[in-house]
Amino acid sequence: MNNKTLFIGVTAFIGIIFIAAVGMYQSQQPSTIASEILPALERINAPAKGGKNAKVTIVEFFDPACGTCSQFYPLVNNLVKKYQGKVKVVMRYAPLHQGSEDVVKMLEAAHIQGQFWPAAELLFANQQQWVEHHVSQPSKALAGIKTLPLDHDQLDRDWQSDQVAKIIAQDVQDGQTLKVRATPQFFVNGKPLVVFGYEELVNLVEEAVAEAY
Amino acid sequence: MNNKNTLFYESNKSWNLLFLAWILVTSGTLISLFFSEIVQLPVCVLCWYQRIALYPLAIMLPLALFPFDIKVIRYASPLVIVGWLFALFHVLVVAKVIPEAAQPCVKGIPCSETHFNLFGFLNIPVMSLLTFSILGLLFFLAKKSDVKRSH
Repeated sequence: MNNKTLFIGVTAFIGIIFIAAVGMYQSQQPSTIASEILPALERINAPAKGGKNAKVTIVEFFDPACGTCSQFYPLVNNLVKKYQGKVKVVMRYAPLHQGSEDVVKMLEAAHIQGQFWPAAELLFANQQQWVEHHVSQPSKALAGIKTLPLDHDQLDRDWQSDQVAKIIAQDVQDGQTLKVRATPQFFVNGKPLVVFGYEELVNLVEEAVAEAY
Repeated sequence: MNNKNTLFYESNKSWNLLFLAWILVTSGTLISLFFSEIVQLPVCVLCWYQRIALYPLAIMLPLALFPFDIKVIRYASPLVIVGWLFALFHVLVVAKVIPEAAQPCVKGIPCSETHFNLFGFLNIPVMSLLTFSILGLLFFLAKKSDVKRSH
């Protein structure tokens, strides 16, 4: 065999192996998550919006400093509105950005006073004022949250409390269990959004609604 | 064996060695891309530096195979040396020989974390160190048999 034939043959062989490996890996990816880690999706009293008895639950792991999360915020709202009462969204914290650990604590403290959604909306809308070069500035975020009608002293006490720290720690741990490595990460009735995109999320929700109702 | 045959044999021997090096480089490139792009394992800073040293070889080596050009070893060796040093550093970080504080890993992806272990010791940094070591060895042997040929 001459060298050229050998080279082309081996190139083709390596290429085929690679494509086969990709195909095999993707076909083995579960479209639902394993039942033993299913409890990691939910946490009692996590901020939620939508129908109380909705049979379709979107779980979103998010970081308030994440630009894509901010872009998805109105889109997810639309989904909840479109399927009035049938769909709810549950927010879980995934503070992946540097500095976000404290910011999600502030969000949880706002949640204690029933102001999670206004606070989240405010932070998303004004990211450029408190996120600098992908690093969260907790003091600036706090100043923003304090423009909402909140008890400031309680907010200050709550976000630094052990109780809130425990809640964040649980979300972080659940995120690790569910292999959340990027935000936003969506799960719809236990099914992860495998290919990321708004259309894909809409389809996943549509399927779940069709299945449940 | 007459002289001409010996010449051909030695030249093809260094060709084969470089060809083997290319197979190793290409497999390494595709395996690392498989883990980062398909399995979506996070890529730490040290991994990136090793990739910078590895990936160009996948393009460079075939150019030196057709037509055969032993000079490629001169151009490719610095990459192998740089990659080897980073791989060694990475292995030492994973083995905790180099302390946490001395490593240049930022952005929440610690380099000291490994994602899988084959046979208890073969993690990705160890594979990288092995790859660069074997590449160095193959280059050395190819150069040696080429020198023999030209004398």
